[in-house]
Amino acid sequence: MLSYALARAALVGSALCVLAAPLAVAASDSELAEIRNEINKVREAYQTRIEALEKRLNDAEAKAQSAQKTAAQAEAAAVGVQSRRSQNSGNPAISLILQGTYANFSEDPETRSIAGFVPGGGEFFPGSRGFSLAESELNIAASVDPYFRGLFTAALTPEDEIEIEEAWIQSLSLGAGFTAKAGRFFSGIGYLNEIHQHAFDFVDFPLAYQAFLGGNYSDDGVQLRWLAPTDLFIEVGTEAGRGRAFPASDRNKNGAASGAVFVHVGDDLGISHSYRAGLSYLHTAPRERSFDDTDSLGNPVVNAFRGNSRLWLADLVYKYAPDGNAQVKNFKLQGEYFWRHESGELGFDDSAGSAQFGALRDAYAARQSGWYVQGVYQFMPRWRAGVRYDRLDSGNAVIGLVQNGAVPGDNFPLLVTGKNPQRASAMLDFSPSEFSRLRLQYARDESRPDGVTDDQIILQYIMSLGAHGAHRF
Amino acid sequence: MNKFLFALLLLYVAPVQAKLNIFACEPEWGALAQELGADRVDIYTATTALQNPHYIEARPSLLAKARRADLVICTGAELEAGWLPIVLTQSGNAKIQASSPGFFEASSFVVKLEVPQSLDRAQGDVHAAGNPHVHLDPHNIAKIATKLTERFAQLDAANAGAYQAQGGAFQEKWRDAIAGWEARAAPLKGLPIVTYHKDMSYLINWLGLIELANLEPKPGVPPTTGHLTDLLEQLEKKPAKAIVRSAYNNPKPAQWLAERARVPAIVLPFTVGGSEQARNLYGLFDDSVARLLSATNAQ
Repeated sequence: MLSYALARAALVGSALCVLAAPLAVAASDSELAEIRNEINKVREAYQTRIEALEKRLNDAEAKAQSAQKTAAQAEAAAVGVQSRRSQNSGNPAISLILQGTYANFSEDPETRSIAGFVPGGGEFFPGSRGFSLAESELNIAASVDPYFRGLFTAALTPEDEIEIEEAWIQSLSLGAGFTAKAGRFFSGIGYLNEIHQHAFDFVDFPLAYQAFLGGNYSDDGVQLRWLAPTDLFIEVGTEAGRGRAFPASDRNKNGAASGAVFVHVGDDLGISHSYRAGLSYLHTAPRERSFDDTDSLGNPVVNAFRGNSRLWLADLVYKYAPDGNAQVKNFKLQGEYFWRHESGELGFDDSAGSAQFGALRDAYAARQSGWYVQGVYQFMPRWRAGVRYDRLDSGNAVIGLVQNGAVPGDNFPLLVTGKNPQRASAMLDFSPSEFSRLRLQYARDESRPDGVTDDQIILQYIMSLGAHGAHRF
Repeated sequence: MNKFLFALLLLYVAPVQAKLNIFACEPEWGALAQELGADRVDIYTATTALQNPHYIEARPSLLAKARRADLVICTGAELEAGWLPIVLTQSGNAKIQASSPGFFEASSFVVKLEVPQSLDRAQGDVHAAGNPHVHLDPHNIAKIATKLTERFAQLDAANAGAYQAQGGAFQEKWRDAIAGWEARAAPLKGLPIVTYHKDMSYLINWLGLIELANLEPKPGVPPTTGHLTDLLEQLEKKPAKAIVRSAYNNPKPAQWLAERARVPAIVLPFTVGGSEQARNLYGLFDDSVARLLSATNAQ
């Protein structure tokens, strides 16, 4: 019975199994299809989501790139705008110097001349007593193109006259150490000659500059400079000009009427010291270079020189600043020595005055020299004090008209006063900023032919507007 | 005879292989040129960290050095307005004129701060192009380095690849260094300081410091007693954590104020060579951050 039951159960079980097997297969087939379906759905869903995500990622990347690009563009634009602006501000550079003085002289400045020296024709700064406007200087400079640079400097005098001090062009691309200049320029001779009066450490020119060059020697002509390719600064220069101003005189002549050569050497000595030394030679050949004098009775006469004028200059500048930082303290020592030989003929003409001798002419020769030395010390920021000593040797002029007895010597009062003109000056100046300066100067001037001492007290302001001034050595 | 010809050939070839002769206006550009040019460049630096680069004169020695330079690297933005134009035009060197590839103006490659809206010297010696002291933000150094590498490669084409490699290595190392400084300098954010001159603006901007005032009443005008007295009063109301000056500034005004306001006076190297630690550009920023951090610790 049990066996029957077992057999039946087995039969049923196996039958069930046999029956179930295709059933199960049928069931899994439909499920699988469903699963497949699901998976496909999920896949599709993910596909679209992935696509959406990819798209978003791409979009974001593009955005980031364009943002970066915009930022870079903005920065480039900003840099561009900035450099454009700086170019605009400097092209051309325009500056104006305003100056004024108050002067107190014990002697009449109208009668001032230097004993033993032919008047240089230059202006004496400051010109008159009391309040006066000194020269206002207008300066325009810029690169012309990659090859040239130009500069124009006009002085507007207190007498309402305009004077072209400098107007030149300079080469920028000659290379090999060469620089050429043409036009009207301050000659490279000496040290102070190339510097404008408003940048001086004292109100006025050294006596030697007044006597030998009549102030800054400026000419219309050409200049060529060459800088040696050495660690030591060695500069050689030469000039040719028309001989426009004292000690030359304008001549109606082709070619050059004046010539100059100069050599400069300079270097640093350690970090705190530096110097520049120079030697220069100026040759001019004036014709009818005339000046007014008085004869022994005080009547007007006109003297005129023609011949050759040879001038040698030696200059030395030394500067000290602790660690090379001149802002707090610094010291500057400068000196120049002049030696001149003039030979030719001197004319004497009193026909406009007493007409005692008339117009005469004979040989003339003079060897004259002079020097100055000055020291300026900045003892604290903004404040400087300085002293200067001037000395000239008028030599003994050989005047043919006097030697042969044609005209007695006392008819040449300016030339025969065998004296050594001298002057001592002291100054104190205060510079509120780099662009303004106030100065007090005292000078004891013993350079007049009559030997009288002139006590000079001068107050001065110098202000610079516009483009930044140059820090020359 | 062959030897003689060979010697002649050497003489002819020698200048071509010569190093790039560089005239750097300020020590930071000399140092950067050294990083990027290594032994392919010969560098002369016109100023030291103890000199204010604005107040230099066109000394004969500078003219002599500019005469032989292949490349002049300067800050620009009128920083060297007083002397560089003279040095360039009187050098007789066509290679370094402002329009030539031999003239590199570093500040022209970055965005400048404090570009004035109006120009009036009553505000002091403000520069039309903006604040020129761009080197105290190391991100600016990186930008300028990229341009300088390009310039080296242009001027010395034979070694262009070497400059690019050197420049790439520098950029990588510099990026890491910046990250390091920025991490260390995090506590400096918001640190209120008084500076001597407007020469720290890029450092202040980079590190997020706060500049309360300057010792100079106006840029380029030396500190006056009156202005310092006003500052003292101002600091009582709104105290600073430090009075900061560059190595080349007059120490006296900063000391005067520091003593009375009871605030430490800090000297920052400002440029390479401004302190013993600031031996190169890395040292410059290492030391600047360290010295500023000392102010926060002192309180």
